Amino acid sequence: MKTCLVVDDSRVIRKVARRVLEDIGFYIAEASDGLEALAWCRTEMPDAVLLDWNMPVMTGLEFLKQLREEPGGDAPRVVFCTVENDVERIREALASGADEYIMKPFDGDILVAKFAEVGLV
Amino acid sequence: MKSEDRELVAQLCAARAGIRVDVEKVYLLESRLGPVARREGFGSIDDLLQALRARREDRLAWTIVEAMAHAETSFFRDREPFTLFRDEVLPTLAKRRDGQPVRLWSAACASGQEVYSLAMIIEDERARLPGLKVELFGSDLSERQLEKAQSGLYTQFEVQRGLPIRHLVRYFEQADEMWGISPRLRQMVRWRRINLVADLSTAGRFDVIFCRYVLSALIEPMRMRLLENLARALSPEGYLFLGSNETAGSLGEAFQPLEGRPGIYARNPDFRVAA
Repeated sequence: MKTCLVVDDSRVIRKVARRVLEDIGFYIAEASDGLEALAWCRTEMPDAVLLDWNMPVMTGLEFLKQLREEPGGDAPRVVFCTVENDVERIREALASGADEYIMKPFDGDILVAKFAEVGLV
Repeated sequence: MKSEDRELVAQLCAARAGIRVDVEKVYLLESRLGPVARREGFGSIDDLLQALRARREDRLAWTIVEAMAHAETSFFRDREPFTLFRDEVLPTLAKRRDGQPVRLWSAACASGQEVYSLAMIIEDERARLPGLKVELFGSDLSERQLEKAQSGLYTQFEVQRGLPIRHLVRYFEQADEMWGISPRLRQMVRWRRINLVADLSTAGRFDVIFCRYVLSALIEPMRMRLLENLARALSPEGYLFLGSNETAGSLGEAFQPLEGRPGIYARNPDFRVAA
């Protein structure tokens, strides 16, 4: 079973994402900020990370940059999922190692399609 | 809506565009015709159809048919046909045409996602296919859909349906709350209103026709007419892309299915359609 780490400081978003991704066969782990997510990844690299941008303690972008420096950290497919929709921010995320990018608000179809886009489904 | 009104709309759509309307789907009829009634200044769908009966006005009739023909679509819909187009069909045709333009037609392009998907693939592949010339056409029955397609403006939801993020960044520009396809891509496409079951003899000849999910939306007698029209418009070495659940069926001899590729056909060069 593939694992996906859902990183978002909103419990509601984590719950929504969990429901959609469990339906397509993912095992879900949750983190509410970048630092927590990094700790999770150091224990066990997930196959996928669904990543919010703006979070307390450590932002999604900071997490992503650090993740890609970790041993084995290039493996997870990282899909941003954020209200940031400025094209320059999207470019920055891609340049920092993101594989796909979802602009909130989103729905289940978009989430599944984006996961398919990076070969996770 | 009264059942005689639903029948009237179904007959109108069948007669003018060959479109199959299920008279039992009251909700669908009302959700399509409600906005038409409002735009045309009627208080209700009843008033709209009463006016249609009284005036027999051509423009009003078409407005109704076009609203019923309205189809949802998305970028790179079903993905697989576009991959095949990119990896096999386009390189084959580029080589064969050898500097002459390859002509592509998105028939029933709706709000334009299909034809722009093809434009993006062409831009992506230019480096690999030096000297490639392409003429890209988009047509639809609906003027309103064509206007939207031509504007190249899409909502945030629409650009997240089927469109890889790198394509969004490369080929779109932000315009307030919308995303607009870049002028360069928009200028690649020529647009025309075409009724696919009418006389298509002046439509021209194409090397590739995408005509997806139209066949299955037609009443049975019009399916043959559509396929004959497509056979006539397709160059002898051309390719036809139907929807993934659609087959050329009884006009199979005009088209040869590509093995293992549901919905995709090569033109059978031996087949002649009556002029």
